Amino acid sequence: MWVVFKKEIRSFLGSFIAYIVMGVFLIITGIFMWIIQENNVLDLGIASLQVMFNIAPYILIFLVSAITMRSLSEERRLGTIEILTTRPVSDTSILLGKYFAAVGLIVFTLLPTLFYYYTIQQLADPLQGIDNGATWGSYLGLILLAASYASIGLFASSLTDNQIVSLIISMVLCFFWFGVLSLLGDVKALDVIGKSLEWFSLDFHYQSISRGVLDTRDIVYFLGFIASFLGGTKLVFESRKW
Amino acid sequence: MSIQVKHLSKRYGNQWAVNDLSFDIPTGEIVGFLGPNGAGKSTTMKILTGYIPATSGDAVVCGFNLNTDSLAVRKRVGYLPEHNPLYLDMYVTEYLQFSAGMAGVSKVKSAVENAIELTQLLPERNKKIGQLSKGYRQRVGLAQALIHDPEVLILDEPTSGLDPNQVVEMRNVIKNLGKNKTVLLSTHIMQEVEAMCNRVILLNHGKIVADNTLDGLKKTSPNDSLETIFRNLTSHVGSI
Repeated sequence: MWVVFKKEIRSFLGSFIAYIVMGVFLIITGIFMWIIQENNVLDLGIASLQVMFNIAPYILIFLVSAITMRSLSEERRLGTIEILTTRPVSDTSILLGKYFAAVGLIVFTLLPTLFYYYTIQQLADPLQGIDNGATWGSYLGLILLAASYASIGLFASSLTDNQIVSLIISMVLCFFWFGVLSLLGDVKALDVIGKSLEWFSLDFHYQSISRGVLDTRDIVYFLGFIASFLGGTKLVFESRKW
Repeated sequence: MSIQVKHLSKRYGNQWAVNDLSFDIPTGEIVGFLGPNGAGKSTTMKILTGYIPATSGDAVVCGFNLNTDSLAVRKRVGYLPEHNPLYLDMYVTEYLQFSAGMAGVSKVKSAVENAIELTQLLPERNKKIGQLSKGYRQRVGLAQALIHDPEVLILDEPTSGLDPNQVVEMRNVIKNLGKNKTVLLSTHIMQEVEAMCNRVILLNHGKIVADNTLDGLKKTSPNDSLETIFRNLTSHVGSI
């Protein structure tokens, strides 16, 4: 598994997509945090990273999908999948290696935003008056959310040998599970059904963790979500054997 | 026996790609898999390397049944798939290190050196695979197949698309490897078999139409060239 993991990280850092994707993420969150009028941290005058945590899920849809789009589709297009799967390594370890590489890269991309945390901590009055519970909770939520996106992305990548198709499928699925489902809760006509559907959305549990209260149900939801999509990926990946 | 195949069949949809194939290959033999396109050569090789399972029948490689011990087989088999798929943006050494890791080799460095030497990749070792000529790419493909010093080598059209000089070099490399390994290679060129193999298995429409030594095959119709024998055997069965 670690051989695949290492190769994925290396090949990703050796490509331009990596730096573009990471750069875009930091630039956009930076603009929203500090520059855009009215809503930025300085104008709001609230010592929190809430602005970033509100916008990040949407940027991550693009970011994570771009990271995972090639992971399996490229192997299929090149035909290297045939070499990969005839090595004495199980399909599960290949997929997990690829999955953890994607998650690792996302965590790596999120690391520079810790500077924002430090900056706000220093700006706050009283000094360091930032709500730590909510901040770390939100970080955990963001990582779990990104990890869920990554499982969707890997699944999308297993469906096709075309990177662009994979990117689009992944973004649509991510947006559906994050945005569309949670909006259904607001539709009055759907009433209870809408509310229950909302419970299945990623947003619902992301918000819940962001409040800084660790609820096992949220963690279980995220882990179950990831496991389901990885399971689906494995199913598609092994469909060659049918 | 390195490879034992018993009543092997593979069906895609309602078409039989491989139909009731049986043959044995003893250790140390170089066997040529011959046949027109679509005869089932690649499919059989994909089954023998554990890429896809057979619909029915058994394949035993190095004493392990592929239906039950795929991983054990994969440890002992080196495989060069058709069209030689490679990561073009990786460096030769980097790729071979990756291959060694995937094959579970413990001494990666010496395995890579060994493979580079065997395939005479030395002058190109620090280049990106995408920069290599077709002949050298083919050698990289071969190098990854033998990185773990496998007992059995399965090579799907190892010389296709090479120029005449490269073909000769490639044949020499394979012949050398065949001295202490079992090699199963596929081709649809008769001379190829003549130059490298002890024995030929001729496939057509998923069935064996001849399994013989080269001399034995020639004796079946002494007046014809190998090419004519090939044509006779494959077009005949096909039209009926």
